Amino acid sequence: MKWDEFFVTGDPLIYGAMVSIVLVSLAILVGLTYFKKWGYLWREWLTTVDHKKIGVMYILAALIMLFRGGVDAVMMRAQTSMPDMKFLDGQHYNEIFTTHGVIMILFMAMPFIFGLMNVIIPLQIGARDVAFPRLNAISFWLFFAGAMLFNISFVIGGSPDAGWSAYFPLAGIEFSPHVGNNYYSLALQISGIGTLMTGLNFIVTIMKMRAPGMTLMKMPMFTWSVLITSVIIIFAFPVLTVALLLMMFDRQFGTQFFTMQNGGMDMLWANLFWVWGHPEVYIVVLPAFGIFSEIISTFAKKNLYGYKSMVISMLVISGLSFLVWAHHFYTMGQGAMVNGFFSITTMAIAVPTGVKIFNWLFTLHKGRIEFTTPMLYSLAFIPIFTIGGVTGVMLAMASADYQYHNTMFLVAHFHYVLIPGTVFAVIAGFHYWFPKVFGFRLNERRGKTAFWFIIISFNVTFFPLFFLGLQGMTRRMYTYSEETGFGPLNMLSMVGAIGLTIGFILLVYNIYWSTRYEPRDTTGDPWDGRSLEWSMPSPVPVYNFAVVPEITKRDEFWFAKQEGKSLSDKKIEKIHMPSNSGKPFILGIAFFFLGFFVVFSWWTPAIVAGIAVLLTMAAMSFDRDDGYYIPVEEVVQSEKRLRGERV
Amino acid sequence: MLKQLFPVKHVVGYVASLVLTLIALVVLMDLPAAVEIGILAVTAILQASLQLVMFMHIGESSEKKSLYINIAFAIFMALVTIFGTLFIFVWGWYA
Ligand code: HEM
Ligand SMILES: [Cu+2]
Repeated sequence: MKWDEFFVTGDPLIYGAMVSIVLVSLAILVGLTYFKKWGYLWREWLTTVDHKKIGVMYILAALIMLFRGGVDAVMMRAQTSMPDMKFLDGQHYNEIFTTHGVIMILFMAMPFIFGLMNVIIPLQIGARDVAFPRLNAISFWLFFAGAMLFNISFVIGGSPDAGWSAYFPLAGIEFSPHVGNNYYSLALQISGIGTLMTGLNFIVTIMKMRAPGMTLMKMPMFTWSVLITSVIIIFAFPVLTVALLLMMFDRQFGTQFFTMQNGGMDMLWANLFWVWGHPEVYIVVLPAFGIFSEIISTFAKKNLYGYKSMVISMLVISGLSFLVWAHHFYTMGQGAMVNGFFSITTMAIAVPTGVKIFNWLFTLHKGRIEFTTPMLYSLAFIPIFTIGGVTGVMLAMASADYQYHNTMFLVAHFHYVLIPGTVFAVIAGFHYWFPKVFGFRLNERRGKTAFWFIIISFNVTFFPLFFLGLQGMTRRMYTYSEETGFGPLNMLSMVGAIGLTIGFILLVYNIYWSTRYEPRDTTGDPWDGRSLEWSMPSPVPVYNFAVVPEITKRDEFWFAKQEGKSLSDKKIEKIHMPSNSGKPFILGIAFFFLGFFVVFSWWTPAIVAGIAVLLTMAAMSFDRDDGYYIPVEEVVQSEKRLRGERV
Repeated sequence: MLKQLFPVKHVVGYVASLVLTLIALVVLMDLPAAVEIGILAVTAILQASLQLVMFMHIGESSEKKSLYINIAFAIFMALVTIFGTLFIFVWGWYA
């Protein structure tokens, strides 16, 4: 392989990106050295097993990926904003919609949710960490290795370009001979291992580590949603893993699983992809439902309406989500019987989802509603998500889908589901739980300005796409002629995309502004919350709970506040904590190099990196570190300090 | 002490899983399709059970209820995927 094939060449945009990557990396290295922060970085972050810090790292990574995916999105909108635009060529457009889709779903939405889950779940159930803290660190570093591997593809070797669904035969070696889709299969396999372990970790955490007295039906709704999501992860991700493995074999080892000759079957890829893919959309949307439930009940000052029906509808959704996958390829050639079946199961999902919408509405009914920033996102979510849901039912009708399939109508639909359902949720959760992690709130006024920008621009960006789709503009189309008449609505959508960009910049600016000027919160409970995380001082100490609370009912903390009683009368004892470890980070690096070398089929270095992976794992299994104890006096001191008493 | 240093169960499991993999390679010889599929199916089921028993400690938990629920859901998922795929591509294919 020659150097000009190794680096992506010829495009000024890419050269600009390369230069900025080098500059930013240099700036980080110089900054860390100048401020002598290497030791701090290593001790406090790279080796941490603290669920709160791992959560923060997930969220930081997700915000960076939101930026990357967002730049892709704006570039696509710019390219299609006018007929016959010459901003991107066809190949570059293909690469960008592919990386946008993959990054937004796998490296933005999921990690953002994992971040919130990591920070909040142990606090909500009264635990001191997750069940397997070190495994949790491994999950994070594998996700990060996968994400970085995927992201370097656009400067080294070239990005995948067959869509985020990577359909065969297009994604096969015959039609996509360059390394792009190798990046796809390897980056997703590596981060997928991390995801699977996160799922496991949270099932065990929630099943085994709840505070005494907290039965399943007394758990907060976010915890419930994460439990159910983790179960879906455990059962859906293996299918993707296997499919990606077969893809890798087909592309790099000459097998014929998804090819069109020698008994291969290209459509089997689409089939397996969506067996995972549809549950995947529930993996990103169910935790969002949980977040909204928490926020709505907090700011309506009421307990959640229909708790039981909420839980049941989530269980029903999780079961049904495995029975609908063929609705993504109604037009592939199966008969009316098959399409009819999957049509009906798909529409059936609307029922439990509708139940949840009504539960939120009834929670709001007669509540004393406080219009805070997280609450505004939650309120906006309800009608916007409903538009996404209703257009979803339209798409679910197999015969009608022959019209909508692969048009901009579909693109509008899934953004109307994913953006309110996931992005608004994580932003709302971010604003809501921010004070818990950092000890001060994000500024409300600035937060609301960003909110209005985002909400209005979102609709301006995506509503026109419904009409463009109905007029026949297809998805993944990089240019069109003047005569099609698609120009004006695309331009309108571009205006919206600029507004969205401004909105996100305002949001990030608010983080900066609030860090500098926002008053510190001394109560630990700035929103007058209901669940256990608000019973602790913020920022939360490493050990979370000085004494583990005892639970007798739902929203225990809320009632304890009303009655002025404390959550436990036990004395403080010494606390057992897991010790930090550098091995998960090293494992992540080893996996990154393994993935990178396999992408380019450089087998000798790949084997070396593979041995490094195995050695790190072996070293881990011989580790006999049983953690350490925090002595009573230290806990007492730190509690006093955090609660604002003089020491 | 010796037991700790030499985990018999795991080593036996490891060797057995390698042997099962080698047996599966028999299908590279020219055999009738039904025989090949039969060999693959049997070795696959043995392999999966081996992993579950030897390495994943199935049955060692005291809480049987959640174990059975989990197994039931896993079987449900596997059957849905297999028979759903057959439904789409074989029985329900538009001809
Ligand atoms: C921030 C504002 C966003 C804008 C302006 C935007 C815009 C776009 C555009 C223009 C396309 C390609 C349409 C085409 O030519 O086919 C697209 C595709 C897609 N978007 Fe977004 N998007 C945004 C956010 C998101 C988010 C938050 C997610 C997921 C959580 C997402 C997921 C996807 C997916 C999965 C695709 C399909 C990619 C493919 O065709 O392979 N987008 N988006
Ligand atoms: Cu679907």
